Amino acid sequence: MASIFKRIARDRLGLAGIVIVALFVAAALAAPWLAPYDPNEQFFEGLTLEGSPKPPSLEFLLGTDLLGRDLLSRLLYGARTSLVIGVVANGAAVIIGTLLGLIAGYAGGWLGSAMMRFTDLMMAFPALLLAIALAAIFAPSLWIVAMVIALVNWVQIARVIYTETRTLTTREYIEASRALGAGHARIVFVHLLPHLVPTILVWATLGIATTVLLEATLSFLGIGVRPPTPSWGGIIFESQSYFLSAPWLVFFPGIAIMLAALAFNLMGDALRDVLDPTQRGR
Amino acid sequence: MGRYLIRRLAAALLILLGVTAITFTLSFLIPADPVRMIAGRSATPETIESIRHQLGLDRPVYEQYASYVLRLAQGDLGRSYVQKTEVGTLIWSRLPATLLLMAGAIFFELAIGIPAGIYAATKRGRRSDRGIMILSFAGVSAPQFVVGLLLLYIFAYRFGWFPMSGYGTLGHLILPALTLGIAGGGWYSRMMRSSMIEVLRQDYVRTARAKGLAERSVVLVHALRNAILPITAMIGLDIGLFMSGAVVVESVFGWPGIGQLAWQAIQRLDIPIIMGVTLVAAAAIVVGNLLADLIAPLVDPRVRLR
Amino acid sequence: MRKLLIAATAALLLAAPGLAFAKAKQGGEIVITYKDDVSTLDPAIGYDWQNWSMIKSLFSGLMDYAPGTTELVPDLAESYQISEDGLTYTFNLRDGVKFHNGRALTSGDIKYSIARTVNPETQSPGQGFFASIAGFDAMASGEAAELSGIATPDDDTVVFTLSAPNATFLHILAINFSFAVPKEAVDEHGADFATHPVGTGAFKLAEWTLGQRLVFERNPDYHHAGLPYLDKITFEVGQEPTVALLRLQRGEVDVLGDGIPPAQFEEVMNDPANEGLIVEGGQLHTGYVTMNGNVAPFDNVLVRRAVNMAINKDRVVRIINNRAVPANQPLPPLMPGYDDAYEGYAFDPEGAKALLAEAGFPDGFDTQLFVMNTDPNPRIAQAIQQDLAAVGIRAELQSLAQSTVIAAGGEPDQAPMIWSGGMAWIADFPDPSNFYGPILGCGGAVQGGWNWAWYCNEEIDARAAEADAMVGDTVAAARLDLWRSIFIAIMHDAPWAPVFNEQRFTMHSPRIGGEDALFVDPVHIPVNYNHVYATELQ
Repeated sequence: MASIFKRIARDRLGLAGIVIVALFVAAALAAPWLAPYDPNEQFFEGLTLEGSPKPPSLEFLLGTDLLGRDLLSRLLYGARTSLVIGVVANGAAVIIGTLLGLIAGYAGGWLGSAMMRFTDLMMAFPALLLAIALAAIFAPSLWIVAMVIALVNWVQIARVIYTETRTLTTREYIEASRALGAGHARIVFVHLLPHLVPTILVWATLGIATTVLLEATLSFLGIGVRPPTPSWGGIIFESQSYFLSAPWLVFFPGIAIMLAALAFNLMGDALRDVLDPTQRGR
Repeated sequence: MGRYLIRRLAAALLILLGVTAITFTLSFLIPADPVRMIAGRSATPETIESIRHQLGLDRPVYEQYASYVLRLAQGDLGRSYVQKTEVGTLIWSRLPATLLLMAGAIFFELAIGIPAGIYAATKRGRRSDRGIMILSFAGVSAPQFVVGLLLLYIFAYRFGWFPMSGYGTLGHLILPALTLGIAGGGWYSRMMRSSMIEVLRQDYVRTARAKGLAERSVVLVHALRNAILPITAMIGLDIGLFMSGAVVVESVFGWPGIGQLAWQAIQRLDIPIIMGVTLVAAAAIVVGNLLADLIAPLVDPRVRLR
Repeated sequence: MRKLLIAATAALLLAAPGLAFAKAKQGGEIVITYKDDVSTLDPAIGYDWQNWSMIKSLFSGLMDYAPGTTELVPDLAESYQISEDGLTYTFNLRDGVKFHNGRALTSGDIKYSIARTVNPETQSPGQGFFASIAGFDAMASGEAAELSGIATPDDDTVVFTLSAPNATFLHILAINFSFAVPKEAVDEHGADFATHPVGTGAFKLAEWTLGQRLVFERNPDYHHAGLPYLDKITFEVGQEPTVALLRLQRGEVDVLGDGIPPAQFEEVMNDPANEGLIVEGGQLHTGYVTMNGNVAPFDNVLVRRAVNMAINKDRVVRIINNRAVPANQPLPPLMPGYDDAYEGYAFDPEGAKALLAEAGFPDGFDTQLFVMNTDPNPRIAQAIQQDLAAVGIRAELQSLAQSTVIAAGGEPDQAPMIWSGGMAWIADFPDPSNFYGPILGCGGAVQGGWNWAWYCNEEIDARAAEADAMVGDTVAAARLDLWRSIFIAIMHDAPWAPVFNEQRFTMHSPRIGGEDALFVDPVHIPVNYNHVYATELQ
């Protein structure tokens, strides 16, 4: 146990990743205490007389948004929405996708083909239309967006994992362990899964960035968080056309998204190194 | 191979049928009434009913679906509710631009992602690896609207190296394709890197190294061939993704692709267009994934078609 | 029988009261950008603000408006007579009018074109406008193949018989749905007439590359000599407004069809380089919040008045860069019948709270505000939401696609409040009755209707019917007075909270010129294509 901590402590980048993730989570949880203002309050002095947002200043540290609200407060509160989407929804998609891709790739035969044809079907599925239909049926909530994202995103991961698994199953050591009489579960989880971890990590971390942005599109169609509840993707979505005149509105949430994804990546790398020292540096 | 293809094509038909059925059902779950969008603000209830009847929207859903499929079998995608133009014409007119942008985007994704991924894999843990990692994450996290607008502002507006907007020449293609390629390149470089590292640990690579082959040829000749498989799967995914359009990039660069058509149709609930675009995208996805599956045994002969 | 006789010539049209237009030299071309693709150019079908004025340049109707104004003038008609009972309208057609295909226009074309709009098979959104023509019901229901209320005694004369007097009938003959189309072209192209328009307008369609551009060319046979000035107009579609502005600054574009993008508005307005290139004008538009009288507590007039007093309209206006003026009544200031003297409900949160307490809601209540999801509407709704919260009304926002919001508004009990932005109401024609019937009258308060407040006051409905039966110049002023009193009476019942009237800011390149009024023409949006000219040729 002590050696695990020691190893993590030696991996400076991994440590940085863990610290940043911890900071983001803390910011989300402690937003009511950290935020300088109510994230939804539209300040009269938060807009210029012509109605434009204000750049960062001492009063509004990261500037204001298009309604004169404090951007810093909105980013802190927005971390709640966006971390749930990036971690939970994307995580669910990665887990489902990995399992199904792995099973289809390992099983092969009619089962594998049937499963992959099902992913073809799911991929062609018009997600935006689904979002509009769901918006009408359910009250909008974060969990419905999370569900839609998981439902839409697992397919791509399954596809990639499937392709990789197919190559892996032809490797000598898999054949060898099969010949030695290893059970399917053992082959899948002990011999195949560890080799897929790098790919899974790519999707789990880069996926954070794409799903956080996707949430904004889905919320726009009415299924997600409703205004004025802030989210990082939502802040970017509503103010990206102001990029040339009010760059802070896109820059700060963009940096937040990138840092979160990057920090999870560093943390993931570090954890894997710790748990599987033979694959160091991958 | 022949039997395999026949099986896949049969499955493709089933998939298209399934997708149209799902799309059709979904469009009826939406509580908006396309007839009211057509009939306008001054319409009387009688007018609305008459239009509903003419469009066949007063019949049961399964009956409507059956007649849609029958017409589809004759190559008729129907007419747009709002524009009254044939859906086939609308999609066909935008198909070349969509395909071109797709080709350009995939080119840039690969041109950025593969060298960066290979380089990062060979330098893993070093500063250049970290640098590429940060750039990858920046590329994926940056909203496409902003990347596109920035590229356009700098290279077209300020420097005037490229046309501001439109479609027709290679110059028009570069900036929108690059915008898509930057995000995709981030993904590809991460995938390429992890796949490459995995392959470089394999016995045959070690053997090649032990035989004294130059590292460059080990990586580029022996390892790349095997490491590239997950990338082919990703290209298959991208074909499907770009086929249904890249709405944001199309609108920034005034690119006449399918994305804008689809987005407007979804907003207006123009069901025939939604169905048509979904169908075309589904066909592209099926073809893309089929290609990826066909390429796999060519790249790695140990993988069999099944 | 006393008959009104009005004759007009091209010269009179150009010298319309209030505006004098100098003749300009012909030639030159301009480029206009739009974000959305053009959906149709069929005058019986097109009903969005983008194709509305394009169709006006390709087609023409019996009546038109003097450029830059809301003043009716004859166009395809040379003169007209209205019978004293207001039931018979006789039009003499102008000589020498030709369709783009070369054929001369006859009275039969007028009859055919209007009957085509009424024909249920056309599926025209404008069908209902012609309901006052005799025989409308029979044709609209599909029973009759002809519109019996239109007669063509000879090639140059059209006679309309109405089933009831309609003071707005001349306006109805100026809207796009009445514009003349040649039967042979419609028969040839069928539903594809939408992309192969043939009319009698100032321009003809030369090229339509789907999803990319449309090119209009000057019609050399146009029936107003010397018009239009421009040789060619190119509409580029699929253009992001922000990029379109950059292109205008580089000299590639002449008019921004979607207006100045909000993100750049302040910068553009403050840039001295744009001096003289931006024209501000009013618009026949009102943005309002509807309160559904079927849904508690909006069945209580005190609550509805409280909402009117709670909204800080000045702040809402500032959020959209002051591109609007606060409104206190349904009619926009530009509309005849607008009441200058009416003060409306002043912004008074304390007063609103008192009213709510009086209505039995001292602690406020929970409700929902529906809004269309495209910018700036969700922003405006959030500003209104904050104002409502300040007096205790906790409104949850439902930000949805346009079609979904419209559907919810048409159900009796779905949407307690709707912010109208992006969906309604820009007038079809400059007459106050257009702001009543579908959106405030009992006729619109039906399932699938546009009266989202579900406001139905029988007494007011009767007064509205009375006003619309007042036909002719002699009673025009009395009619406007009646309408004025109707809208003020409506505000007493407060089914709406009017929030603002949009102002238009049209930016154009220095390459095109014309009277300012042409760039904020209340009928032609964004600009009156027929009368603007290329400056370099003058």
